[in-house]
Amino acid sequence: MLCVENLHYSYGTINALSGISFQVNEGEIVALIGANGAGKSTTLLNISGLLHPQSGLIKYQGVDISKLPPHKVVEAGISLVPEGRRVFSRMTVLENLVMGAYLKKSRVEIKESIERVFDRFTRLKERRNQLAGTLSGGEQQMLAIGRALMSKPKLLLMDEPSMGLAPMLVQEIFSIAKEINQSGTTILLVEQNAYMALSIAQHAYVLETGAIVLQGTAEEIANNPEVKKAYLGE
Amino acid sequence: MFWQQLINGITLGSTYALIALGYTMVYGIIQLINFAHGEIYMIGAFVGVVAVTVFQLNIFIALFVAMTVCIIIGVSVERIAYKPLRRSTRLAPLISAIGVSIFLQTLMTLIAGPQAVGFPQVINDQLYHIGSVTVSKVQVIILILASALMVGLQLIIKYLRIGKAMRAASEDYDTASLMGINVNRVISFTFALGSALAAAGGVMVGMYFNSIHPLMGVMAGTKAFCAAVLGGIGSIPGAMLGGLFLGVAEVGGVALGYGGYRDAIAFTLLILVLLFKPTGLLGRPIQRKV
Ligand SMILES: Nc1ncnc2c1ncn2[C@@H]1O[C@H](COP(=O)(O)OP(=O)(O)O)[C@@H](O)[C@H]1O
Ligand SMILES: [Mg+2]
Repeated sequence: MLCVENLHYSYGTINALSGISFQVNEGEIVALIGANGAGKSTTLLNISGLLHPQSGLIKYQGVDISKLPPHKVVEAGISLVPEGRRVFSRMTVLENLVMGAYLKKSRVEIKESIERVFDRFTRLKERRNQLAGTLSGGEQQMLAIGRALMSKPKLLLMDEPSMGLAPMLVQEIFSIAKEINQSGTTILLVEQNAYMALSIAQHAYVLETGAIVLQGTAEEIANNPEVKKAYLGE
Repeated sequence: MFWQQLINGITLGSTYALIALGYTMVYGIIQLINFAHGEIYMIGAFVGVVAVTVFQLNIFIALFVAMTVCIIIGVSVERIAYKPLRRSTRLAPLISAIGVSIFLQTLMTLIAGPQAVGFPQVINDQLYHIGSVTVSKVQVIILILASALMVGLQLIIKYLRIGKAMRAASEDYDTASLMGINVNRVISFTFALGSALAAAGGVMVGMYFNSIHPLMGVMAGTKAFCAAVLGGIGSIPGAMLGGLFLGVAEVGGVALGYGGYRDAIAFTLLILVLLFKPTGLLGRPIQRKV
């Protein structure tokens, strides 16, 4: 579904990605794990069109999307839940969700999508008219996920959805990701919380300072002694 | 006396507010101070004059024509002079804006001559007396038109799809584009709205003072910019409030006998407000984006 080939990206003189390649098959959850500063967010920003690679290909359903602007990438069916949630804090919960469906023309369809998000995140429903900036961190994360789902993406990119959340909520976010995947959305999950990410993913890649150093099934990665030592705290 | 000056001040202030909205909306989205905005207002006034004199159009149709022409010019200026500089340092588009401003002033001086041009009296000089206050028909029309335009703007921003996109983009440009919003289109639309309001302001000032000039955008633009900063740059209600506040202060100052300091009043106020409230009257506390 998504095939990244030899992707290079640097911020000015700072080299962030030095030729990474990986793929995401339809229907899977693929985890991309790595320490802070490894280049995980840069990878997702390149896929979503906010950054454009200096070289390399990002093929989505066989077509190179590396030069498309973000709104075209969304149109193609890829949606990003950005790092740090990035909800529109001066808009209400409901308005945030409506923004997520910006490309949908049918009011009925938008309404149905909102209902679906509210079914999944009942707490958002209670707070529908509240400004997003007044929500708790966990609620904002749910809103960011709900908002990304409003465009009905085929591929959902999630950038550290568990960051800064209480352990209970972390559990909840991962089970939500799993549910979203089971209802037919492919997920590329970026995490520092390797343990949780590997527990729901099928395949995984380990990123270190801009290069992929390990890849395999989630189980293989989870059992790799190096990974255990570096990321799973064993 | 007080009420009379208040009405006069609000009339003048509402034209400042119309111009200030363009500064604040553009700043809200691309953090650019569009120094050429005052010239759009000036061009609006000139298009208005041509429409009512050469083409003998009704003043309201002339207003509409001026707004349309200025939309085209304002959007083109953005495309030609700012858009190519979007990814460069913040200073580059600012300097480009100053260049556009000088270019448009000079161009209009070349076309219309360096002297003031009379704006024909298109509204009869009927006066209305309410108690001790005298209001001219022009003032009534300006107040009604300006209010209608500002209410219209609020409705667009609150309820229209593109208006919501504007709010989203002014809050978080990148995330807005992740929603599928074509931010280039939102920016064009913002320039279109701002230019239309400035043009309306230009025609109204022409009607009010019966005289326009190729350099009229300099002082009016600078004052309107002060109004926008005073109200809290980026804030739409702030620009409205700032404009009215400035108009009332200026007229009040003149009435109190400080006519010689007319233009200094705006800048003094700006300095005073910023000393006590650096983000402006309705400005949000500065948030750092991570
Ligand atoms: N806007 C930026 N400007 C310059 N360097 C950046 C910028 N964003 C990230 N970097 C650098 O790029 C590298 C990768 O960052 P990032 O992709 O954010 O890592 P991760 O998401 O894995 O923590 C880091 O060395 C970081 O310092
Ligand atoms: Mg990151």
